[in-house]
Amino acid sequence: MKSILLRILMLAAFTIVALGLFLPSTPFSNILPSVWNDAIPKMTLGLDLQGGMHLVLNVDRDKAVENRVQRMKSSIEEALRNEKVPYRSVGMDGALSIDVGVFNPNNAEAVKKVVEKEFPSLASSELSDGAITYTLLEEEAERIKSWALSQALETIRNRIDKFGVAEPLIQKQGISEVAIQLPGLKDPERAMELIGKTAVLEFRIVDDSMDPQKALVQGAPFGSEVLFQREENPATGEMVKKPFLLFKEVMMTGDSLSDARVSIDSQFNEPYVSLTFDSDGARTFERVTTKYVDKRLAIVLDGNVYSAPNINEPISGGKAQVSGSFTYESARDLAIVLRAGALPAPVEIIQNVTVGPTLGHDSIEAGLRAAALGFILVLLFMLVYYRVAGVIADFAILLNIVMLLGAMAWLNATLTLPGIAGIILTVGMGVDSNVLIFERIKEELRGGRTPRSAVNAGYERAWWTIVDSNVTTLITAFVLFQFGSGPIKGFAVTLSLGILINLFTALVGTKVVFDIQNDKLRLRKLSI
Amino acid sequence: MDLWGDRHFDFLSKRKKTFTISTILVLIGLVAVVAIGTGRANLGTDFSGGIAIQYRFESPLKIEEVRKLLSKGGFGEAQLQQFSEPNKMLVRLKKAEGNLRATSKSLGEIFTQGLPGNPFVVDSTTEVGPTVGKKLQTDALKAIGVALLGILFYVAWRFEFRFGIAAVIATFHDVLIVLGILLILDKEITLLIVTGLLTLAGYSINDSVVVFDRIRENLHRENKKKEEGYDLINRSINEVLRRTVVTSVTTLMALASLLVFGGEVLYDFAFTLFVGVLVGTYSSIFIASPVLLFWERDGKKGDKQSAKQGGGISNAVKPSSVQP
Repeated sequence: MKSILLRILMLAAFTIVALGLFLPSTPFSNILPSVWNDAIPKMTLGLDLQGGMHLVLNVDRDKAVENRVQRMKSSIEEALRNEKVPYRSVGMDGALSIDVGVFNPNNAEAVKKVVEKEFPSLASSELSDGAITYTLLEEEAERIKSWALSQALETIRNRIDKFGVAEPLIQKQGISEVAIQLPGLKDPERAMELIGKTAVLEFRIVDDSMDPQKALVQGAPFGSEVLFQREENPATGEMVKKPFLLFKEVMMTGDSLSDARVSIDSQFNEPYVSLTFDSDGARTFERVTTKYVDKRLAIVLDGNVYSAPNINEPISGGKAQVSGSFTYESARDLAIVLRAGALPAPVEIIQNVTVGPTLGHDSIEAGLRAAALGFILVLLFMLVYYRVAGVIADFAILLNIVMLLGAMAWLNATLTLPGIAGIILTVGMGVDSNVLIFERIKEELRGGRTPRSAVNAGYERAWWTIVDSNVTTLITAFVLFQFGSGPIKGFAVTLSLGILINLFTALVGTKVVFDIQNDKLRLRKLSI
Repeated sequence: MDLWGDRHFDFLSKRKKTFTISTILVLIGLVAVVAIGTGRANLGTDFSGGIAIQYRFESPLKIEEVRKLLSKGGFGEAQLQQFSEPNKMLVRLKKAEGNLRATSKSLGEIFTQGLPGNPFVVDSTTEVGPTVGKKLQTDALKAIGVALLGILFYVAWRFEFRFGIAAVIATFHDVLIVLGILLILDKEITLLIVTGLLTLAGYSINDSVVVFDRIRENLHRENKKKEEGYDLINRSINEVLRRTVVTSVTTLMALASLLVFGGEVLYDFAFTLFVGVLVGTYSSIFIASPVLLFWERDGKKGDKQSAKQGGGISNAVKPSSVQP
């Protein structure tokens, strides 16, 4: 049997450490020395308490593969042209295959040689019906899919960093999802716009061979398509869709941007986004603007036409601008997404849980009030029912709470509203260990034992009951932790920590007080 | 304080009555399970998918007024719920298809235009796509399955098999009854409720385990007395009755304060546990232990087994501390 003094010292040490860990997270932090406050990080509050947004995005990974195949199609054409190999046609065959039409078997061999050399990730079929079909290798498709998820994660992280949110949490979830937590967010609407935008920027030439209205009715000529410019009529607030007939060929993409910034047009005092190309991009831009002087260059973002200015003269220097009916904020957000780059595939918000700061604040208050009341009720009950032993139990409850909060701060656990419920529940259920022991002691006393032997027998006999009954609750808590989401995890953490600490305080904390009564005070009678 | 004195209750004699009552309640619970399985129960947004938005208006408003407004805007199927504060309104749309974001926005516009004199802020928004809801449903089922298996194995390991079965029967009994009550009250089955039910499973097992522990201990110590299973179980229940009641009371106190002050987010959770603790206390006395009697009738088999396997407690209690 360890000496009483040793046990008291241990309890005191634990208590002091626990207080040191969690006091900075309480209102008492105001009166603590700043060294203390600075050294110990504050307990993190869950999104349900501090307000904020939890998003789950699904990345359309199949689309990423399709996009890649589509780009390969253009690259094959380019490679064949560069190598001066003639071909009849290059077209998509479904979403994942490319058909290369050839003139004769000799021509087919030449085409095969070029494609095999430049595109090792494509598997070719035998020549049939005057065409070779190229299909993306399975492992390459898988590689693109996993790349798409990592790339999407990177891009979103980039955008959020530029948007400016304190302590965002962005992580992969499963094989195709990204989970995002943005605590204390002010404008959830804007954040979602910003995160969800694919932001594929394309520069395309306007096809003037046909009136776009006519093309809408008759169908666009081969190699062109109709896209729309969406503009809000400032007078009525109505959305106006203006059609543009554009060549399908993409002259340049947002990949060649080196920078994007908001600027204000000095003449009309309207915000626009100025783009700066990298050196390759600048060269391409100059080449395109030289070739298409007097044509219009449409700037297309995610399939929407933003503007289509006329190319008056070749533009060197690698600068361009996107104007449209922007507010300063929407221009700033567009600049952010362009700077952060496009997502490799479209994303869909499949879950959004947003809690406003007021509700979070109300929840904390409600939780604390409930905790205080529950605490007082249980303390009083134990006091009335067990008298002096009740004081011991109450001492254990206090010790329990202090250590629970300390452990949470130490483990950097997040406090959620269900977590607070867990703490309250720990107070109610946690007294069970003491109740088991006390009732056992009472029984032993009724059986005619001396206080000292009754206490020892009570503790010894209650021990396995306490362990058994707590392990089952621990099992559920662990399962909840494994399967639950944010707030539920918080509950599981407080519940399981509460149970473990409660075992400790009941078996060590209260025992020492009884031992003092018996050994030092040599009481003849226990008040229990 | 001692409220009982030496009173001794014959709990087992009531078992016909309690078994009947419990069977009826459990059947209602099974109906609830079927209702959930077939999608007819009131599943929460997190499980069913859809939209739940909580608005806080500047001044109080009537639920009928909001319902009329939403029907006119094409959201006649929206579920409305009001809290103790009459300026708060929860609007739920289930099976919302297409763009959830756009739907949420148009809900907001209906309020902006329909209630021009009563501006609002959005307290919380939950939008759950159908795939997420499905995944959460399977996750929750897995969690319940794993938790129950874990408990069964632990109890079967620590006790004899029949104790394990009895404990699990009692736990199912408690969870099903509470589920039935939730169904009757048309409470929404959310993730938080499932959490409450799992916590309840832990609590209810805990309660049964305490009684079983005593039964097992008594089986070992006083077999010489040739006490019948009936009397032994009855005596064991009576011996731990004080503890059962005291722990229930303190837990109920904690839960009551959650119910009263915990706010709307935790209300249903606290309610589930409050009812659950009541049912759990009842079942540990009137269901879990009497179920053990079914094995008693098979003759002395149970006793032999207990003598062989139930070594846990005799190891734990040192012989020296047992006073004859």
